[in-house]
Amino acid sequence: MTVEKLRVIGQPLPRLEDPPLVTGRGRYAADISFPRQLCMRVVRSTFAHGRLKGIDTSAAKAAAGVFAVWTAADIPDLSPIDFREGKIERLEPFRQPVLARDRVRYVGEPVAVVFADDAYLAEDAADLVTVDIDELPPLLTADAPPGEFDAGRSTAADVVKQGYGDVDAAFRRAHTVVELDLRIGRHSGVPLETRGAIARYDAGRDVLELHGAAKVPHRNREALARMFGRPLAGVHLYEGHVGGGFGIRGELYPEDVLVCAAALRFGRPVKWIEDRHEHLVAANHSRQQRHRIKAAVDADGQILAIDDEFFHDQGAYLRTHAIRVPHMTCGILPGPYRVPAYRAVGHVRLTNKTPAATYRAPGRYETTFVRERLADAVAAKLGLDAVEVRRRNAITKAEMPYARPLEALGEEIDYDSGDYMGLLDAALTRFEWTKTQAGLTRRRAAGEAVGAGFALFVEKAGLGPTDGVRVTVDPHGFVEVVTGSSSVGQGVETVVAQICAETLGVDYRRIRVVHGRTEMIEYGIGAHASRATVMTGSATHVAATKLREKALAVASELMQAPADTLDIVDGMVVRRDRPGGPSMSLGEIARKIAPTSKTRGAHEPGLSVTGWFDSEHQVYPYGAHLAVVRVDRDTGAVAVERYLAAYDIGRAINPMLVKGQIVGGFAQGLGGALYEEFRYDARGEPLSVTFADYLMPTAREVPRIDIMLTEDAPSPRNPLGIKGAGESGITGVGAAIASAIDAAIGKPGAITELPVTPQRLKDILSRA
Amino acid sequence: MTAKSDLTLTVNGERHAIRVEPRRTLADALREDCGLTGTHLGCEHGVCGACTVLVDGEPVRSCLMFAVQAAGKDIRTVEGLAPRGSLHPLQQAFIDHHGLQCGFCTPGFLMLAAGVLAGQPDISDDELLDVLSSNLCRCTGYENIVKAVRAAADKMRPAR
Repeated sequence: MTVEKLRVIGQPLPRLEDPPLVTGRGRYAADISFPRQLCMRVVRSTFAHGRLKGIDTSAAKAAAGVFAVWTAADIPDLSPIDFREGKIERLEPFRQPVLARDRVRYVGEPVAVVFADDAYLAEDAADLVTVDIDELPPLLTADAPPGEFDAGRSTAADVVKQGYGDVDAAFRRAHTVVELDLRIGRHSGVPLETRGAIARYDAGRDVLELHGAAKVPHRNREALARMFGRPLAGVHLYEGHVGGGFGIRGELYPEDVLVCAAALRFGRPVKWIEDRHEHLVAANHSRQQRHRIKAAVDADGQILAIDDEFFHDQGAYLRTHAIRVPHMTCGILPGPYRVPAYRAVGHVRLTNKTPAATYRAPGRYETTFVRERLADAVAAKLGLDAVEVRRRNAITKAEMPYARPLEALGEEIDYDSGDYMGLLDAALTRFEWTKTQAGLTRRRAAGEAVGAGFALFVEKAGLGPTDGVRVTVDPHGFVEVVTGSSSVGQGVETVVAQICAETLGVDYRRIRVVHGRTEMIEYGIGAHASRATVMTGSATHVAATKLREKALAVASELMQAPADTLDIVDGMVVRRDRPGGPSMSLGEIARKIAPTSKTRGAHEPGLSVTGWFDSEHQVYPYGAHLAVVRVDRDTGAVAVERYLAAYDIGRAINPMLVKGQIVGGFAQGLGGALYEEFRYDARGEPLSVTFADYLMPTAREVPRIDIMLTEDAPSPRNPLGIKGAGESGITGVGAAIASAIDAAIGKPGAITELPVTPQRLKDILSRA
Repeated sequence: MTAKSDLTLTVNGERHAIRVEPRRTLADALREDCGLTGTHLGCEHGVCGACTVLVDGEPVRSCLMFAVQAAGKDIRTVEGLAPRGSLHPLQQAFIDHHGLQCGFCTPGFLMLAAGVLAGQPDISDDELLDVLSSNLCRCTGYENIVKAVRAAADKMRPAR
């Protein structure tokens, strides 16, 4: 008989999360209710820009079931919502107030809130609040001359700059200069579950509870404790099931603060559930940028320098991320290419639209579109093959690790490992690129508008600086892993359980993973920036390794065998050298060293350890996307016939989940490339306020895609070589589709703006 | 405010005597008055389909129907898809094929598919894609949802 070790890491195991979710027993924000709760309804500005003259709440206050109505005057002590990563004094005036005070700056801005016995009554009463606004001209484009934010302050909130090398000299000696003007549309994550927040104050424990938390519960707890002057131990956040995150959910929004303030003041639970119309005007938008970019190249198509000036349409306020997206945009634009000199200048402009922040692959979706359009344009201008231009510029495997004097999310960019052209070549081979191109050429000759395109990109993942995890085995052998991570539906419970299972030697189904609960663990940085598997997963590996050592040390005494002759298999400690010999369960070991156990000896009580994983640098996975599209010249519609997403993940803990992330990301990327856009009319009235106007792809529009998942470049920066899975599916889509459309219509460089809606494409086709 | 009236909803074979305003949607009545929160609200304007339930066997957007209109009808929600402790072939297929991530749209897709497959056990791939394009999912990119429903359909089809 041999001892079979269960391989768990790298297996496409079914998710631990699924059983309650497929049976309707999940607990999303709207599913949480408390006795005597009040329902909150937000009264929002219907003007894009105006002076707030007065708010009449008398009729609303007199309406049936209404408990209270608040305007800014009722919460004079509440500060605007702070930036998460600390004070930036020069930008503080641009933070969003919880309720508008003297001005309104976008349609959807909260100006008052109604608290009533149920949601229907709250909505009835909200309709009775009359808001007197003197309309001001709205500013709706980031590249227009700046306007006035308030007295003495312009809407040109900030200028971000990153770069290195002598850019001007490179342009002086360039063989050719390629210049583009490119735009990325305003779209966002739009999870299927709208936002929700339920607060209650437990006077008995003196604890303020906020339910419906997501993404960064510990960070939001710090912010709320600061705003309300409460000790951290007096504020707890609870994450239940989360109906999609994508960057936008879980940021601290005005509504989160309002339910907390009301619960504290009224002593009653307060529940707010966003409706879809609100979501589309109130939750973070993203992406909108205009880049004027130019490249200096030599005669061989080698890039000598890139000079980019961009306008970032921030919307009305700087929210929790402050200027992280435009700053990161500067840092990551060069991507996989060796760019000897580089300058990026980003104008962060406030406009009278919904505030913008992060959406899955923030800055990368945008800059991959811009950079890859630029690389295509270099190829077109010099008459070179588009792949060859990448080959001449891509950073090689031999140059790794590759540091750049640029930053993203407060860390220096330092590519850890990778073979970018190796991946692109493998992807081209798998796609039968040459044969595909020949076939497309024939079809074009026969009159079809079909074409292929591709994009190459570097992702980033695993934002540090640290994660701590506590792993405990109970007396019956069940394992609990308490993390400071969060679940936005991506499968973090399963992935963490798999890492713990293989490291410790137990069945992953006996492991329970806790996340998003501030009362269970002191620290946590949550789930964002594709960090959960890298950081929480690595901390789990550290903790489970320590726990294993402790269990084996105890077992060694009890079994009178050296620890190095012991192994843990399926929760049992066994002798490696004597299969079928003596064994004891982890539960038994936990009982032997329980605090009250007489056999504990000198061991710390309990089979429980905490492990920390620190990281100074992010990790850098990379990918290539290849597309074939067909354009309908009559309607301007684009259909994606084939798509390949190639991705080097370093190490996949659960390839089924990784592929799920990639396909899901691709669908969102397709939305941003072809369909999704928050549009406004000339007065700043939002036009995309229902799912009939904001068009997300359905099963009809999303083709089945091919995925090439490789593990050729594990990260040297964590014990398992993990690089993160969340964002690569979306990153290259806009760029690859744009490139394929160019080819389909036979107009290199035609696509300069996303999304490529039928109207825009018809327009391009009609220009001879 | 409008006056509340008494009505009885028959959900998953159980009778729920509730007292609601005429304007109360079926979705809200199921969730708030019957305590069946498995039916989710994603848009409340009939596009996303997260709130899909079966009314007399037909998939219905419960956000667009008033509770009073459902009185006397046979309503089925995700909680009643299979007896507690067991899984319907569709539920098992969604797990096996990773047809869900956040799970918010899942009950709607399950009920949509259950309703359609009951009437069209031999549905073609193309028709199935058409049907499934009536609901929105933001996580999966649909591929695994389509695979899961197809697998369940093959399993559920009576042997000939």
